[in-house]
Amino acid sequence: MKRLWRWLIPLAALPVLVLLAYGFRMSPRDIPSPLLQKPAPSFGLTTLDGAALALAAHRGKVVVLNFWASWCYPGCYEEAPVLEKNWRAYRERGVIVMGVAIQDKREAVEKFVKDFGLTFPNAQDLTGTVSVDYGVYGVPETFFVDRQGRIRVKHVSAVTDELFRDTVERLLAEPEPR
Amino acid sequence: MRGARARLLVAAALVAAALTSASAQSKTVSEETVHEVAGRLRCVVCQNLSVADSPSEMAGQMRAIIRERLAAGESPDEVQRYFVQRYGEWILLSPPRRGFNLLVWLLPLVFVIAGFAVVAILVRQWTRRRRGVAEPVAVDPAMSERIRREVERGS
Repeated sequence: MKRLWRWLIPLAALPVLVLLAYGFRMSPRDIPSPLLQKPAPSFGLTTLDGAALALAAHRGKVVVLNFWASWCYPGCYEEAPVLEKNWRAYRERGVIVMGVAIQDKREAVEKFVKDFGLTFPNAQDLTGTVSVDYGVYGVPETFFVDRQGRIRVKHVSAVTDELFRDTVERLLAEPEPR
Repeated sequence: MRGARARLLVAAALVAAALTSASAQSKTVSEETVHEVAGRLRCVVCQNLSVADSPSEMAGQMRAIIRERLAAGESPDEVQRYFVQRYGEWILLSPPRRGFNLLVWLLPLVFVIAGFAVVAILVRQWTRRRRGVAEPVAVDPAMSERIRREVERGS
């Protein structure tokens, strides 16, 4: 009986340890988006140049929707040149890059766009509706939308050259919607 | 006569228009309800703060969205469902009581019960042992007499 007790307490602690080990090894930043494989929420914003920016207008294209902010350093500063470079490389192949600045001041957003010489459409989400619609919880976050209008990849943290190319090439290889 | 009827018709149309616009107008939303729904949601840019308690800009925008949705006629649960659809259950400060989540609700209870059981068992063991110690020791009367005598003699 005494012997049994000696083993019972460490044994009872075992499942707790397993649970803790599992929990502590997971990154609290990796939160799976429930929007994956779902249709990308539609939105209508106005770009810094005053043009309309709507997802619906680009149906059939691969859309790279990037949420950023001028105060998001270094992530947004690292990926801005990557996005611009790839936008120039892929714009003729049915890809559109869209930037949505969140929780930011107009002047700061304009300065950021000018400093990096961004030529893809950028708009401010002044009310936060678009960011909440996409379940954005930080910047930078990037959504890759396929030609059918479904969110296929959500990337948290700065977009790299490789990630951009790999994802976009994969989505471009898929058949166009009928 | 004709003019009067026309005027009456116009007046009736105006009243009808006013009534329909009043009914179409958004519902007034109490700040209490907004606060209640916001209290269930995690502020996405904070640590361990609800949307109701956070002073961040994002939380402010989320409260505005809650207010807007309630004003559009959604129930508090429908508003909550909207946020869960966008962010997943992670957005809820208290996980729903079903499936794997039940573990979070039940485990503390199990631990408390187990703790009480361990304490009860230990207390029983300790008290039993003390009772054993307290039992009177059988003393040889001759020996106790000898001790008494030697103590009296002071040696």
